Amino acid sequence: MFASLSDSLDKTFRNLRGVGKISEKNITDALKEIRLALLEADVEFTVAKTFIEHVKEKAMGTEVLKAVKPGEQIVKIFHDELAELLGGDQVPLNLEAPARILLCGLNGAGKTTTAAKLAGRLKREGRKPLLVACDLYRPAAIDQLATVGGQVGVPVYTPDTSESDVVKVAQDALSWASNQTHDVLIFDTAGRQEIDERLVQELQRLHSFLTPGETLLVADAATGQGAVSVARHFDEAVSISGIILTKLDSDARGGAALSMRAVTGKPIKYVGEGEKLDQLFEFHPDRMADRILGM
Amino acid sequence: NRFSNTAEIDWDDLEASLVAADLGPRLAMSLVEELRDLGRQITADDVVEITRQHLAQRLPPDLPPPLPPSSDKPFVFLIVGVNGVGKTTTCAKLAHWLQRRGSLTYLAAADTFRAAATEQLLRWGQRLDIPVITGPANADPSSVCFNAHQQAIRDGARYLICDTAGRLHNRHNLMEELSKIRRTLAKQDPAAPHLTLLVLDASTGSNALQQAKEFHKASPLDGFILTKMDGSGKGGVAVAIHEQLGIPPRFLGTGEEPADFALFQRARFLEDMI
Ligand SMILES: Nc1nc2c(ncn2[C@@H]2O[C@H](COP(=O)(O)OP(=O)(O)OP(=O)(O)O)[C@@H](O)[C@H]2O)c(=O)[nH]1
Ligand SMILES: Nc1nc2c(ncn2[C@@H]2O[C@H](COP(=O)(O)OP(=O)(O)OP(=O)(O)O)[C@@H](O)[C@H]2O)c(=O)[nH]1
Ligand SMILES: [K+]
Ligand SMILES: [Mg+2]
Ligand SMILES: [Mg+2]
Repeated sequence: MFASLSDSLDKTFRNLRGVGKISEKNITDALKEIRLALLEADVEFTVAKTFIEHVKEKAMGTEVLKAVKPGEQIVKIFHDELAELLGGDQVPLNLEAPARILLCGLNGAGKTTTAAKLAGRLKREGRKPLLVACDLYRPAAIDQLATVGGQVGVPVYTPDTSESDVVKVAQDALSWASNQTHDVLIFDTAGRQEIDERLVQELQRLHSFLTPGETLLVADAATGQGAVSVARHFDEAVSISGIILTKLDSDARGGAALSMRAVTGKPIKYVGEGEKLDQLFEFHPDRMADRILGM
Repeated sequence: NRFSNTAEIDWDDLEASLVAADLGPRLAMSLVEELRDLGRQITADDVVEITRQHLAQRLPPDLPPPLPPSSDKPFVFLIVGVNGVGKTTTCAKLAHWLQRRGSLTYLAAADTFRAAATEQLLRWGQRLDIPVITGPANADPSSVCFNAHQQAIRDGARYLICDTAGRLHNRHNLMEELSKIRRTLAKQDPAAPHLTLLVLDASTGSNALQQAKEFHKASPLDGFILTKMDGSGKGGVAVAIHEQLGIPPRFLGTGEEPADFALFQRARFLEDMI
């Protein structure tokens, strides 16, 4: 849609050249265009505003005004800043013993699938993961994890279907695993809305019991303006250590990546790009910046 | 409201709240223009009310429940959408909603692909006492729909609701599969499926419009259902979908319980939105 963001900016400047000198006001107009592009990519309103204000200084540099293609130049500056912000302090997962990874997120974001993908990935890297089913709400959630766990060849700790206390499940799983050789435990949890206090408290109880080395927020790449509320609430509740962005195989522009990164300061660790269980990949900030700017 | 008690209308703030509701920046901007053009006819006290009125013009009036014309064959719903939006849960809730009106309703578990999708629908069926017709894992979803349709006709069911696997709208082969399901359903009743509904997640941003466009191309839609309205998402993209594609919102999902389901009501939707 915006494959032409830099083209249209170039055109704006070309038109302006006809009438005279490019002024600060002209740059401001160009920034409006960039703002629109960010909003159309679903970057949250205030995040887009802050980001543009932050990059404005650089965009106003004289090299832009003198450039043959000032539009392209401006987009490049924004692109690089965006990639920088998205990438930042990318670090590998903390798998120091006792390695525990807790996955959380909204309903249907892709947690269970991602749990299996991550387990498969860690197994390929030579680890011995164990999946633990802590979703006691969704019908057949335990069956689902057992199935996908089986598909990646990773054992799954499944609680009794009558169990209703997640902390108890986690406790049982830990004591069972203590006689096993697993070196990393991945906990799948029920989906919940970030404003549902009761369910968020349940997650908090599980989190404080486990004290996981990684608490990852699993989020759909097509998330809209609510991305900020989601990321902020989960981060406040369980202090997330990173984000996994799912369903990036769709054509969503993925502005939620910037929104979530900006408000939590937490890195994006992986991206899911398909329903197949080997489709969990490293995050490439550069590609994500291209995508958000529609390039 | 937060706009009243101020001397002047804060147009930037209004635009921000419209964008925050996922209305999309272009629609938000053009709406603000439209309202500014009203000049003195709009004040800080009534800006919210008038904004709602202008939004209402872009949404359909409340439609009667999509109940079937009398026929000896079941009224068939085909439920479609991208991954994880809430299709299976919505099928169960819709079945419950219809069954409470005293009509025998069947569910077809035509997601034979996702892990434990059939078990998920079966659990719902057990819980709500609704028959679920299933097929083996990885079976052709069309054949599951065909068998379910046959049984529903034979047993005199009033409704059949077909759950389908999540599929991204940019996967052409998966979208093709929907056409095949439609053709298969039409074999036993040329009017089936009677109602094809797209399920959309209220937390989705502008991509929901893209989803609606592509699903509509592959399998003409009679409406859509917005789920997870109990979350912080406002589902404002519904306005753009109706305005641009003419597809009406039909139901809202408001939670994970069977009763968390209601007919779309324009006024209430807009009150929650802004
Ligand atoms: N196309 C695509 N689909 C995905 C991806 N990740 C997950 N899915 C699909 O998204 C849907 C939801 O995934 P789940 O893993 O069940 O999501 P969840 O967060 O565990 O859901 P709840 O437990 O109900 O909250 C399923 O159909 C998955 O196959 C992805 O990266 N790409
Ligand atoms: N809070 C809330 N959760 C919902 C609502 N509708 C569905 N869900 C939840 O969303 C998650 C996904 O629901 P499903 O019905 O499995 O979604 P689906 O579209 O069938 O998923 P796939 O078949 O994997 O594509 C589950 O955790 C549901 O409980 C709703 O209205 N509100
Ligand atoms: K809501
Ligand atoms: Mg799950
Ligand atoms: Mg389903």
